Amino acid sequence: MKNCKRLLFVLFILSAFQVTAEPINPILKSEINEEVAAPPIGKTLNTDLKQKRNYPMQPPLIPHQTRDYQVNIKVNKCMSCHSRSRTEESQAPMVSVTHFMDRDGNFLAEISPRRYFCEQCHVTQSDVKPVVENTFVDIDSMLKKTGKE
Amino acid sequence: MRFIKKVFGILKAPSVHFGFGLLVFSGFVTGIIFWGGFNTAMEFTNSEPFCTSCHENLYQELQTTIHFTNRSGVRAICSSCHVPHDWTDKMARKMQASKEVWAWMVGTINTEEKFQARRRTLAEHEWHRLKANDSLECRNCHNFEYMDFTVQSKRASDSHSTHLASGEKTCIDCHKGIAHQLPDMEGVPGW
Repeated sequence: MKNCKRLLFVLFILSAFQVTAEPINPILKSEINEEVAAPPIGKTLNTDLKQKRNYPMQPPLIPHQTRDYQVNIKVNKCMSCHSRSRTEESQAPMVSVTHFMDRDGNFLAEISPRRYFCEQCHVTQSDVKPVVENTFVDIDSMLKKTGKE
Repeated sequence: MRFIKKVFGILKAPSVHFGFGLLVFSGFVTGIIFWGGFNTAMEFTNSEPFCTSCHENLYQELQTTIHFTNRSGVRAICSSCHVPHDWTDKMARKMQASKEVWAWMVGTINTEEKFQARRRTLAEHEWHRLKANDSLECRNCHNFEYMDFTVQSKRASDSHSTHLASGEKTCIDCHKGIAHQLPDMEGVPGW
């Protein structure tokens, strides 16, 4: 009984410090009886310019639109430009050699089935502002910062 | 019997029974009605509801593509790409289609599985047709002469100003599956 009272007391104190998390989606910030316009859908960037990687192992971003690209059991549209045999004509970057490896490190003739679905890792970018602030710092900035201190 | 003989007599020498002006005029009017009716019926077989009354699954595939939904609200329907716009070619294609109507009647492709099994062959027919006529049905709307390379993406303008401009390639060589799901592309050049 004593413990129970103590617990209630602790809960009461904690409730005073309760922090309400700020919703990310602007629609969620509105009152329930308010109608808020949805933020505009960003346009997919189609610049064909390579973007910097934030860390060496980052899967390269797709600098073009991929609307209606069919990637299924029948066909892989991405591979019609990025496969080894197609890059001469398309002048697109070839899929990296790691994609030809199975999970045991054996090199296969074609890309490994586990790498088949390109857009699991490689994504297009939209012309929008970040919804939440990103505090990611890349390694160069980090080294520079620690060197100064 | 006498009645049939009478009708035949009128048909054999109509100008004995009717005035020449009336005959010319009625001929003119029936001509308009029949020709108009024929064209209306022909146009109906070019309409979206007519195609989708059987090809509903293909219609669903089309709906996500740029030829169905886009910023400017221009839409290509089935016949825009699959039926020639020129009258004589259109008639030729419609006559060919009578064979396809027969296949429909006997149920050659009456299940999704049969369709998927035959999809590559059917797709190849259309690729061959468009390759042979230099992608005429694309070019009915997309005129190479009118393209503004400065508003195309780099990749697009690079390909259009070289391979397409030289006539070495035609639209369908690169834009297969622009309005449909593709079949298994094993062995298709460029895939």
